[in-house]
Amino acid sequence: MKSSSDFIGIRMGMWLFLYSEIILFGGLFVLYAAYFHAYPEDFVVGGKQLDRVIGAVNTLILLLSSFTVAASITAVRLKSKKTALGLIAFSFFCGIIFLINKYFEWSAKIHHDIYPNSETLVNGPPGQNIFFGLYYVITGLHGLHVIIGMTLLAISFALVAANKVHANRFAMLENSGLYWHLVDLIWIFVFPLFYLVL
Amino acid sequence: MSTNNQHMMSYGRLASILIILIILTGVTVGVSYFDMGVYNVPIALGIASFKVSLVLLFFMHLKYESKAITISFISTICFLAIMISFTFFDIAFR
Repeated sequence: MKSSSDFIGIRMGMWLFLYSEIILFGGLFVLYAAYFHAYPEDFVVGGKQLDRVIGAVNTLILLLSSFTVAASITAVRLKSKKTALGLIAFSFFCGIIFLINKYFEWSAKIHHDIYPNSETLVNGPPGQNIFFGLYYVITGLHGLHVIIGMTLLAISFALVAANKVHANRFAMLENSGLYWHLVDLIWIFVFPLFYLVL
Repeated sequence: MSTNNQHMMSYGRLASILIILIILTGVTVGVSYFDMGVYNVPIALGIASFKVSLVLLFFMHLKYESKAITISFISTICFLAIMISFTFFDIAFR
């Protein structure tokens, strides 16, 4: 009885934290919407400069890793430890590939003199300056969340390997999974807003 | 009274959700190549909201969660909606 109620409490706590994350990114999206309303043309020009192929690939990577994290919980509950470890490790590597893509994307932009306070942006149209400012803040904050999510996945991997997380006690893995899904959720909105605006 | 009475997603169920999500990503990218004027943003956000709902309901198993989590989640979304709509009452009619 006690472990059962604890279990819901643990998840409840994680969800409360996720609500604060939703409001955090929600606030940034409101900022995006308000400036999009003010400078629609500049946002379209800015969005066209982002590579939608890299954006789409990163979307697929996150969706796939979300699936493997969810599947790893099923694996732990079915007592197939090896499958669970493989799935968690795969999700972790998806995170690495995501960050590598992000690195190439950002360095290409910085190479083209597009970064906060760069000559091109400061002397260019104000809307584009704001678009790329928001781009760096939102994708940067999201990237930070990817790193935190990967850290949680790594901890869960170690706990599963050490048999601390098992079929009757998998809250840590489940909460890490919830966090990883949140990272995916935010990206699902970031992708159309930045890469697909026409 | 063990923790095992919690709902469990099967691999097959999760995989079918993944396939729908991948198809929707293809749709949203494909649609973005057509200029539909004022409908561009609503369509892109509509597809994104549908994808997010699938992730929430099945990957994050919100569909099978207790009432406390469901209600508190919906309240958060309502708060977000208030935040967005009140901001737009301001900037749209300024």
